[in-house]
Amino acid sequence: MQVGLEHYLTVSFLLFAMGMLGVIMRRNLLVIYMSLELMLNAANLALVAFSRFNNKLDGQVLVFFIITVAAAEVAVGLALIVALYRRRQSAHVEDLTSMKR
Amino acid sequence: MPVVTDILFYVFAALTLGCAALVIANPFSRNPITSAMFLVLTIVSMAGLFVLLHAFFLAAVQILVYAGAVIVLFLFVIMLLDLKAESVRKIKFVGILAGVVSVGAILAIFLKSLHATPLDPAAPPVVEGNTEPLGRLLFTQYVLPFEVVSVLLLVAMIGVILLSKKNLD
Repeated sequence: MQVGLEHYLTVSFLLFAMGMLGVIMRRNLLVIYMSLELMLNAANLALVAFSRFNNKLDGQVLVFFIITVAAAEVAVGLALIVALYRRRQSAHVEDLTSMKR
Repeated sequence: MPVVTDILFYVFAALTLGCAALVIANPFSRNPITSAMFLVLTIVSMAGLFVLLHAFFLAAVQILVYAGAVIVLFLFVIMLLDLKAESVRKIKFVGILAGVVSVGAILAIFLKSLHATPLDPAAPPVVEGNTEPLGRLLFTQYVLPFEVVSVLLLVAMIGVILLSKKNLD
């Protein structure tokens, strides 16, 4: 069977679902961050596939921007995690309940 | 008779999905370093998928930025925080149930819409994601977002320096 757009989209959907599952299920902040990266990558794959099969390069430009923004997001997020760890000595979401009464 | 690229697609897709599954739930190790290593494998096999889609520049950027910079940051922070003691907690059953139900619902919507959409199989792909047309597009039509992204990177850099100072006040 010829590999077409729907194959790439299926892979992208499954990857997105895995990332979302990781964000919901895991309790470690760093692993949650990695799952976020998975979700962004799934979006990237879908965009590149659309760009390829629609004969337009605009999708790839968008992917370029997404990669840049993801890098900035990771830097800021990891700095926040380090700052949080200095105060609470924990990177576990169940320990961060100070807004819960 | 399957073409080589089709076989390569299935190999890379299986690698991507398998390594992604091991990132979020590894039955052998709950260490975040293992997750980070499998994230590297996911990203590299995804760069292979990009090459199959003729997006060569993006495949290179993917490996350089993700496997080169992002993963190094992750590993650096994991080793800085020394997260060993946290790998013993249990995952709650309610969390698993909620996750599986919500993700299953979203996945069902995705696949249903994919199934219902008539995709044109006859359109032959001719676009080559080479560096030159991509750069041309980036510096003509998308020059404003490009500059905005550079400002965003500057802001992120200053923010990270401020956040990682010893006393935030």
